[in-house]
Amino acid sequence: MANDIANKVIAIIAEQAMLTPEEVSPKATLAELNVDSLGLVETIFAIEERFDIQVPFNANAPGDAAFDISSVQSIIDAVEKLVNGAE
Amino acid sequence: MRRVVITGMGAVSPLGMGAEANMRAMGEGCPGISDLAFQDVERLDIRIGGQIHGYDETSHFSRQEITLYDRFTQFAVLAAREAVAQAGLDIAGERSGVVLGTSGGGLNTQNENFRKVFEAGKNRVHPLVVPRLMNNAAASHLSMLHGITGPSYTVSTACASSNHAMGQAFQIIRAGMADTMLTGGSEAMLCFGGIKAWEGLRVMSKEACRPFSLNRSGMVQGEGAAVFVFEELSHAQVRGAEILAEVAGFAMTSDASDIVMPNVDGAARAISGALRDARLAPESIGYINAHGTGTAANDRAECEAVRRVFGPAAQGVRISSTKSMHGHLIGGTGAVELLACILALREGVIAPTINFDMPDPACDLNVVPNVAQQAGVSATLSNAFAFGGLNAVLALRSAP
Repeated sequence: MANDIANKVIAIIAEQAMLTPEEVSPKATLAELNVDSLGLVETIFAIEERFDIQVPFNANAPGDAAFDISSVQSIIDAVEKLVNGAE
Repeated sequence: MRRVVITGMGAVSPLGMGAEANMRAMGEGCPGISDLAFQDVERLDIRIGGQIHGYDETSHFSRQEITLYDRFTQFAVLAAREAVAQAGLDIAGERSGVVLGTSGGGLNTQNENFRKVFEAGKNRVHPLVVPRLMNNAAASHLSMLHGITGPSYTVSTACASSNHAMGQAFQIIRAGMADTMLTGGSEAMLCFGGIKAWEGLRVMSKEACRPFSLNRSGMVQGEGAAVFVFEELSHAQVRGAEILAEVAGFAMTSDASDIVMPNVDGAARAISGALRDARLAPESIGYINAHGTGTAANDRAECEAVRRVFGPAAQGVRISSTKSMHGHLIGGTGAVELLACILALREGVIAPTINFDMPDPACDLNVVPNVAQQAGVSATLSNAFAFGGLNAVLALRSAP
């Protein structure tokens, strides 16, 4: 299950970054993957649609801890928390 | 060069009906943002806005007029009626025109009729939906109601629509194409479809509009209109009109960079361009009505642009965002905000930035926190920086 979520999140980010999933390292930041602010908003939208969850994210304070976007792994962790919380 | 002055003003906003009521509310720092009330609001995450509550269209318009007037047109008609009455002139004829700004146009009409065909499954809508929703409906109705037969059109540049419109009206008079213009802007985007689209951008606040405050949480939408009579100086003097202010300069620039992120260079060039056009030095500007949306991206870029143009004079200038009170009227916002400039010029009252809790080091200018300030002001700027990187800045001066 957890692995499944990670793969799906990586696939979404890879699509935004125009990379293959293999090229998206969990350690990478979105900036390193050249995902800009618009790409981030689209990524979050795709995550919400894919997992049927509400992601607490405000572009005015992207650093807020409610949904940690500091790396691919942190996004995966945050999504796992939201998905498991919804169950 | 022909000079242009303002001889009439009218407004409808969450701060009140009428230009005087709006200016008084701005001077007093009145909050105009409240809980939104319309169909399906419970399906929104964002449920606050500068909505005009208690507005009854039937008390202003006949059934036939309501058939043709979307809410944004109604606001423009009311504001224009007030402005023309104050100017006290017969504005009819081909030496007059109308340039209005709007972004959403008849969005309420679209929203209602999409609901009918998509949700209710109806296969027929009212025959006058198109002339009611079109973006030029308000400008066209003003021309018809006032017999204006010169250049009339609508400008749609998102958040800069009104400033672009008023800048165009100013240029039309300057260029000798007309002697009097009705100009300003109108917006009525507060409906389910309108707000739902904005939610997607993740820049809207759920709690308050707090421009320049470190704890800001995003922008809040508003609705309403303001319309002004712009008039060639000697035309106004000959008829002994009361002059409210002079439109001294205007500049517009494009960022050519990002579709939503602001750009310091584009904003700074528009500010310095307006000063140059008005032949005003930064030191002579006593007040700037900021674009001040309450997003981190705008507020920081705007303050940086002001610092870049004003240099040491930036510390002396007062800059406030009245969006903290009336919300962001998008295509109508520059028009309502010009009232704050006129208030500063005429009464020396600098409208505050309300909801200001804590300073942001990136916005360390005199942002007139929470309470109005008194100052003798002889020149002002009004900033508008739109999505799409389109910037428009107007300079006003005290009546000559």
